[in-house]
Amino acid sequence: MDIAVTRIEDTLKGYAAAVQDFAQLCVIAAAGAFRRPWYVQETIYHMNRIGVGSIFIVVLTGIFTGMVLTLQGAIQLEPYGAVPYVSKLVSASVVRELGPVLAALMIAGRVGSGIASELATMQVTEQIDALRAEGTDPIKKLITTRLIASLVMVPVLTVITDGIAMMGGYLIAHFSLSIDTFFYWTWAFAALGPMDLVYGLLKPLVFGFIVCMVGCYAGITTSGGTVGVGHSTTHAMVTSSILILVSDFFMTKLFIYWGW
Amino acid sequence: MIRFSNIFLNFDGRQVLQNISMDVPAGQTQVILGGSGCGKTTTLRLILGLLHPESGSIVINGQEIVGMSERQMTAIRAQMAMVFQGAALFDSLTVRENVGYRLWEEGALDNESIEQRVAESLRFVGLEDTLDKMPAELSGGMKKRVAIARALACKPKIILYDEPTAGLDPINTHLVSELVCRLHREEHVTQIVVTHDLECAYRIADRLIMIHRGEAIFDGSVDALQASDDPRIRTFLRPEEVLAEPGCFPHKDGGIRVVPPMPEKAEQAPA
Repeated sequence: MDIAVTRIEDTLKGYAAAVQDFAQLCVIAAAGAFRRPWYVQETIYHMNRIGVGSIFIVVLTGIFTGMVLTLQGAIQLEPYGAVPYVSKLVSASVVRELGPVLAALMIAGRVGSGIASELATMQVTEQIDALRAEGTDPIKKLITTRLIASLVMVPVLTVITDGIAMMGGYLIAHFSLSIDTFFYWTWAFAALGPMDLVYGLLKPLVFGFIVCMVGCYAGITTSGGTVGVGHSTTHAMVTSSILILVSDFFMTKLFIYWGW
Repeated sequence: MIRFSNIFLNFDGRQVLQNISMDVPAGQTQVILGGSGCGKTTTLRLILGLLHPESGSIVINGQEIVGMSERQMTAIRAQMAMVFQGAALFDSLTVRENVGYRLWEEGALDNESIEQRVAESLRFVGLEDTLDKMPAELSGGMKKRVAIARALACKPKIILYDEPTAGLDPINTHLVSELVCRLHREEHVTQIVVTHDLECAYRIADRLIMIHRGEAIFDGSVDALQASDDPRIRTFLRPEEVLAEPGCFPHKDGGIRVVPPMPEKAEQAPA
């Protein structure tokens, strides 16, 4: 019994210590953005890798999400004779929920796991220690640059996903459901208020932070050689996906509470 | 130049270093000998400030580094360079960028001077034609030599080596040992070399310290080490004599542990 209690206590202490370390890393990485050296080239390089490199998957995600949402929406609206207004349903659900969440999940799979495996490999091959030995702050050089790149590029990718999803919805609405172009886009934009844009951009900012920092934390805390690298990559992907879904719920709840 | 006084360190309740003291004067090559996992690499990490001891003092160039912040340590590290066991070259950078990394980061020299320093360092290790190669294109021995070139490029006062000859063929082992000797002779760099390669250690050492299970059991010259009658040192230096019989293994106190052979299969089988 005592052994079981001790084991539970140790596990909980381990989780608490990990949360504390993660929070500390986030603060140091964020603070790094406000002091020299700036590592502008590295930041642009990561923006290119995270942003331009992910365009293809977010375009695919967006277009198929928009198309399937229009098909399903039309079936649900048909009994009420409201099929022509399907664009309202598509744009509201894409901009508020599906665009940010699906884009973030895809980016977590591509970018988060990539960051984790890259930093984990650097950790197990002593490259991070080598950076410190060379007088470089590895958090600033490796994490702050990726964090800035994620915070800029994830919202941009989300806007692209939203736009492409609405375009995918239009293709189905126009060619399959024979909805007029002007009618589709008028109602698509009528569904969106100014706060929806703020809402749709705040979420990806938080998701970008989660994807990058979870990947970085998993990477730099890796131990145990190549097995550890694999474990960190999986851990980063799973943890960031769960955190995206959980934080999405709480953000939505909060926005509703504030009356947004 | 480097003074360790009564260093104690433990990881998760396990004592890794116990009361380690050593003194490395400027321009000398100190070798730290010992078996795998005895705490040799940990000693280098303490000098670099990558780890912090529980108690004791580490003085580098007259400055106490125990308790220093990461930012203060950066100034101390500027005088040092380290050659890591696996070379630890940055995968995403070319050999040129690896060797000149610190110089470009510091930004104190212009591009031309850095290029010249990089070329000089690579010429010193005999790899001047690898400038534009990526680390993945180099062999293990070449990586170690590029790591030495990277250490050299910033003209440090102290170079730390972690198993510089581990896993290398005899030619590369010779080349790396020779480079360490040349740096001692020509550049008068203070060097600390962690190794369990005895041939290399005898060749390069001005002084040796031997660590056994986190404890320093010897500190002296090569001749004194070879003449030592401590059973732990004898076992390390001449295992082929001490552990000659089959089933003999070294015991942690320095004696011999004899593991009896497995019983015959016929005896194990039920009647």
